[in-house]
Amino acid sequence: MNARWLAGKLGAALLTLVFVLIFNFFLFRGIGDPTAELARLPQSTPEEVEKLRASYGLDKPLLGQFTDYAGDTLTFDLGISQDTREPVWDEIKEAIPWTLLLVGTGTLLATVIGAWLGVVAATKRGKRTDEGLLSFSLFTYSAPEYWIGILLILVFAVAIPIFPAGQQVTPGEDFSTWLAEAADVLNHLVLPAAAMTLMLLGQYFLIMRSSMVDVLTEDFVTVKRATGLPWHRVVSHHAVPNALLPLVTLAAIQFGAIAGGAITIETLFSWPGLGDLTYQAIIDKNFPVLQGTFLVFSIAVIFANLLADCLYFAIDPRVKAT
Amino acid sequence: MTAARAKELLLGSWQGRFGLAVLAFFILMAIFGDAIAPYNPEASSLDVLAPPSSEHLLGTTESGADVLSQLLAGARISIVVGFAAAIISAVIGATVGLLSGYFGGWTDRILDGLDNWFLVIPTLPLMIVLSSLLSPSLGVLILVIGITSWAGTGRIVRSQVLTLRERAFVERARALGAGHGYIIRTHILPNALPLIFANTVLIVAVAILSESALAFLGLGDPTQISWGTMLENAFTSDAPSAEAWWYVVPPGLCITLLVLAVALLGYRFEEYVNPRLQERSG
Repeated sequence: MNARWLAGKLGAALLTLVFVLIFNFFLFRGIGDPTAELARLPQSTPEEVEKLRASYGLDKPLLGQFTDYAGDTLTFDLGISQDTREPVWDEIKEAIPWTLLLVGTGTLLATVIGAWLGVVAATKRGKRTDEGLLSFSLFTYSAPEYWIGILLILVFAVAIPIFPAGQQVTPGEDFSTWLAEAADVLNHLVLPAAAMTLMLLGQYFLIMRSSMVDVLTEDFVTVKRATGLPWHRVVSHHAVPNALLPLVTLAAIQFGAIAGGAITIETLFSWPGLGDLTYQAIIDKNFPVLQGTFLVFSIAVIFANLLADCLYFAIDPRVKAT
Repeated sequence: MTAARAKELLLGSWQGRFGLAVLAFFILMAIFGDAIAPYNPEASSLDVLAPPSSEHLLGTTESGADVLSQLLAGARISIVVGFAAAIISAVIGATVGLLSGYFGGWTDRILDGLDNWFLVIPTLPLMIVLSSLLSPSLGVLILVIGITSWAGTGRIVRSQVLTLRERAFVERARALGAGHGYIIRTHILPNALPLIFANTVLIVAVAILSESALAFLGLGDPTQISWGTMLENAFTSDAPSAEAWWYVVPPGLCITLLVLAVALLGYRFEEYVNPRLQERSG
């Protein structure tokens, strides 16, 4: 059954991908024709418009256009950016590592800190520490993540200028070693990654807290205590590993969606990832780039879901049994 | 729901009281904001990025407009967009969930597939793409947020309807020859309604945050001032570097408080309609 279960998941992921391609094609075709602007100009001749339409492949029937689009997309040809005249895929390729760095750092920090705070709150359930942490997580859940970023800039880049407020490296700086450059990038990463962490922390904390509360009431915890094991050992060696599963799964599932959620943070900090690319595309009405980043955001979610399924498959024996 | 139960639900906890008070405060602000605003929120002056003073209680913007007056005007957009988008999302989610759970078979396969697909597609990028393609206005914002936020409601309603469908009173009605429309109207929908309502209140919070994010990215209604567009203007005019805290702190704080209030009310409703949550909380 194992192989069939995985094959089913893989098939569903592929099917979703096909629908994403169809949707992405018709959505942007729906806004119409990139040559409409030219056709409106009084000095343009019908021949010119026709030539331009042919260069976009718009003179073909719709199905032919779609197979062209799907074929191009599958070979990483996402068209040309209206703004820079560079291939869209080249711009996306350059942006992906920056988004991965930011989202990865944020997810990692939020998971570790969220797990730790969740354990603290669950073991001190109902006490003041617990209530304080719950209120804090409600606040960060309700606050717009880019506003938290603005507050971080206000405090740590302007009032007490210890971190840079934007971009990924100091512009114009000549680094003697790659180590110096890495340190500079790390310095620029601090504030956006902190904003990212605060955006995710509340939810991760709540998941860990509630799963920890559940685990602590289970029989095996009582049994371990009865054998005379010290309480902190029961918590750290037996309860925490069991309570981590829902949090790790959630973090894995969300990893894909977070890239899309980081758009405002990347914009705020001029962090050169997919989010900032998307923002520039919105401002310039650069539809080929927008279509490309939307595709990548969607694929990221599908891929992360699949990865989370595999992870679940690997660590939870109950899935294998079914 | 009886009046006594509604009162206990809303006033029986600090979450309910806080949520209700804050929401009432912002609704009043949305209604009377224009009347009590000290200045025209869009009137610029030479007094640019001035800190709070007796003339401008919350200082001025990069164009010299009064921050407090803009803040008062912004309440309306957040409330209107939040509630209108949540209602659209509730109608779509409830319809999809009801039809797919009740009829099963191919209807379910298609509608549940659609629901799953909307759950997978990243929401903010989808909203960005849709609002970039349409020209931004208040109606477009509401529509875009509404049609991208319903998948969770659809999922929950579907699973509720799946259990309702097998209940004795539904089978009895069916055996007596009642039509599908009748059964859905009199047995399924009324029983699913509290759940739909609780879920919709939570969507209001999400919709308010979505509006603010879209506005921050320059996709808000350009003719209206919202808290999100205030933050966008502050950001693009580099107000944080000018230490203009009076310009960036109030709009974000208003969004946070309103979202918090609505979310707390939503959780209260959810606890009431979903007894399983009651044991776990606290």
